[in-house]
Parts: sequence; C-alpha cells; structure tokens
Amino acid sequence: MRIRSRSLLMIALLGSAAMVTPGAPPAAGAISGKVTYTGTPPKMKPIDMAKEPFCARLHAAAPVLTENAVTGPGNALRWVLVYVSAGDQGSAPSTEPVRLDQRGCQYIPHVLVLQPNQPLDIYNDDSTSHNIHPLAKVNPEWNKSQPVGAPPIHTKWEKPEFIPVKCNVHPWMHGWHLVLATPHYAVSGEDGAFSLQGLPPGKYTITAWQEQFGTQTQDVTISGTETKTIDFVFKATPY
Amino acid sequence: MRPHTRWVAVVSGWGVLLFAAGVTRARAQESHIGSLTGHAAAGKPLYTRYCAGCHGDDGDARGENAQWIDPKPRDFTMAVFKCRSTPTGTLPTDQDLFDAMTRGFVTTNMPPWLPLTHHNRVDLVAYIKAFSPKWKTGKPGTPITIPPEPAATVASILHGRELFQKMECWKCHGPAGHGDGPSAKTLTDNKDDPIRPYDFSTGSRFMCGVTNRDLYKIFMTGLDGTPMPSFADDIKPADGWDLVHFLRTMQPLKTPELAIWNAWLASHAAELKPIGPPGSAQ
Repeated sequence: MRIRSRSLLMIALLGSAAMVTPGAPPAAGAISGKVTYTGTPPKMKPIDMAKEPFCARLHAAAPVLTENAVTGPGNALRWVLVYVSAGDQGSAPSTEPVRLDQRGCQYIPHVLVLQPNQPLDIYNDDSTSHNIHPLAKVNPEWNKSQPVGAPPIHTKWEKPEFIPVKCNVHPWMHGWHLVLATPHYAVSGEDGAFSLQGLPPGKYTITAWQEQFGTQTQDVTISGTETKTIDFVFKATPY
Repeated sequence: MRPHTRWVAVVSGWGVLLFAAGVTRARAQESHIGSLTGHAAAGKPLYTRYCAGCHGDDGDARGENAQWIDPKPRDFTMAVFKCRSTPTGTLPTDQDLFDAMTRGFVTTNMPPWLPLTHHNRVDLVAYIKAFSPKWKTGKPGTPITIPPEPAATVASILHGRELFQKMECWKCHGPAGHGDGPSAKTLTDNKDDPIRPYDFSTGSRFMCGVTNRDLYKIFMTGLDGTPMPSFADDIKPADGWDLVHFLRTMQPLKTPELAIWNAWLASHAAELKPIGPPGSAQ
C-alpha cells in the first residue's frame, strides 16, 4: 500500500515535471527592474596593456576600463547577477553551450552565467597566448594554456559556485563564471536593467550579486502572469 | 507491516548506511604506495610533530611558522597540488603526494622528508587527504601518458626552441629562461600571493623533481594553484620531449643537450631568430 502510493506520487511528480518543460509554457509571470548604486563606486580606470603590444594596439583609440564596478548614466550598475535564490520550482538545467571569448585581452562577457554541466566553450580570438585559470574552490581549480590559433577548450562546471577567473600572463584580465542551480537569472545591462522571465506563480527570493558590493535579497510573490517590478540599490564604496 | 518490524527495518537500514559510510570514510583515509597501506590515524601524530608547525593543525596552511614563510605552505583543505602525474584540475595520486613529501620543494621551506621511514610517509599521505572532502567525493586523475624519451638531437632542440617561442613560455620565464619575462613581476598564486617563475639559469632542481621526465610532467600537467598552466592540449606528447631538450640547454649544467646545442651553435648562431615578442632583439 505504502509502496504503491509512493510510486503513484512519483508518477505524479514526473508528470508535473514534464508539464513544466518548454512547448506550451504554463501561466508564468516575470520580475524586472533596475540595479543602481548610491555612494561612490571605484573609478573605472583605463587599463595599461603596454606589456601586451598586440592588445595595446587593439585598444589604442579607446583604452579598456576596469570592470569591477561598471556604472552608467542614472547611477546604473552593470554586470550585476540577479537570480532566483529560493522558491525555484525545479526544471532541467540548460544543455545549450555557452561561449566565453578572450578577445583584446578581455573576457567577453565579463560575467558569464551558466548551470551545472552546461557545456562551456572557451575561445582565444587573440594573436597572443592566454592561460585561463578559474580559481574554483568547490569545483576543481585548473589552469590551461591556450596559444594563438588553439582550438576552443570544451569544459563544464559540475557544482554551483561563483568562480573568479584570471589570466596570469595578463594580470588585468578578470572575469567570473557564475554557476547557478536555477535557470532563472539575468545580468544587468548597461542601463542597469534586468528581467527574469517564465516564473510560474509562487513565492521567490530574488538575490542580486555584485562582485565588489556583495549581495542583496528581496522576496517577491508572483501570481498569474503578472510582471512585478523590483529595484536593487547597492551602497557603493570606492575600495 | 507491524510497528515493531518496521522499526527493525528502519534501524537495520540505517545500520547498513552507517556501515557503508564508515567503509568509504576508511578508504578515503587510507593511502597505498606499492605494497604499503597508510592510515590517517597513524599519520596524525606524525603530522602534529613534523608538519603542523607550517601547514597548521587543521591543514589550512596557518601554522605558527607560516607567517614567516614565502612561498606559503600548502593549504591541504583546498586539495590543490602542484606536483602531479595527473591532468590539471584533478587530484594527485598517492604516489605523487609521497614523492613530493620525500623530495621536498626546492627554493621553499619544505625540506625533503627522507629521515622519516617509508611507512611514516605513507601514513602522512593518508592523513593529508583527510583535510579535504574532495578526497571522499572524487578520485585521483589518470596519470598522463608519457612516450619514451628519444635521444636529444639538434633538430629536437631547435623544435623545442620553436615551441618555447610559440607557447610564449618567455612571457614569464624570459627569453633566456632567467625568470624575467614581461609578465614575471605580476604573477600571483591562487591565494593572490606573489610568486616567481622558475629561473633556469640557477641550474637548481625543478619544483617537481630533477629528471627530464619530471620536467616533461611539469609543463604537461601544469603546477595547479600557481600561474603555470597545463600545455597538454597544445603540445603533442612526442613534441614535449623536444621542449624538454631545449629547456635543458638553458641550465648552466653539463647536460648532454647543452653539449649538442653548443656544438651546433658554434657555427650556426647567426641563423637563430631571437626569442621574445615579434621584432625584438634578444
């Protein structure tokens, strides 16, 4: 009796999981908003790439600026991860490959979000060698050279973790691999705007994370197909 | 099912689970070198006596001497190790840890631990692995395959020199291998501590051994936790020996490679393009 009722429950769970898969999406809401700052963020400083003549030439007209706090008009804050940190109703992680480029001695994008076991392809588009060194702690830390013309590195991360990534040869190169269990995430754009789509009705905790200013959370309840607006304001400090 | 029998089932179920967990745990706290089995419990007092002063009681590299030491002692809680026979991003084998402990680390405060018995060191390997859960959830990597070393020739040294240029080894190690490349001064390890690239002109032992095979492993597996990456995806296994042969000519030692190289250089030096950024003169 007990066993049978448990297996019935399993079937019901599997059935409901199948219903969530894409196709005809069920009623879903969205959360959108803007990330801004108050206070004084660090200045975006021009990066001196003189030690890498190839990259220095590429940016001769307009030097690349540091990206640890990228700001825009109206106190907008870019590269902030906004994601569902609690209340996610579960869905299969994405299997779509994500791409990271090393171009002009920069990581593009600066903040790369992906899910456990999602294929990650790392390209070196530059006419100079890079070494890609993700400083993972939960996942394995590795460090691979990628010379000029080398094929992409195909890899993945198995566990959720926020991983800083650096190139030791070019110490200004700095980026993030943010491995998230939830598929509901967004990264704020140049105007600080973000939008989380496809959220089934429910209670959610939304977390915003900025690499220097830390995290903030807000609780949001979604009913029906509404779009809720929430904003995050980080207190910026120059150091 | 009557309540009584259900309890028995539940309790025995837990018993089996606990037993299984116990067995896994015991495995994780063992080490195997040849016919010897090391036990973490036996390694603990040895660790406290010989290792904790630098590596810390908790294996977190915060022993009382650590603040005076540069480079810093290894933090065993991270389970990231420089000298491995296994690919970058994987755990080393017991033998790798045993060899590193036995050999010590040249240019650091880590001495060779030859005075300890074989079995002592095997027990210590088991204890070191108890500091990180990664040893319970993961297995050591599969050691890389190293083809037999061919004899050094002018051609192999010249090809190795090309690789040194193409792989941009000189960016850190310098055009002449003096550890003075353009990126040398800004290098940091995985704890953001400054770290120096190897200077071939010192003629000293390498960080992970003395033999050509050790040298081959260093650039193929990378020294995890340091800026030295793995070149396994970029240098074909056979070509690795060419790079080894060239690197040997950079050391002020009477190596067979250097003899071959000097004999050739005597009449061909002018043919060589300088190593370094395009258009640079060495």
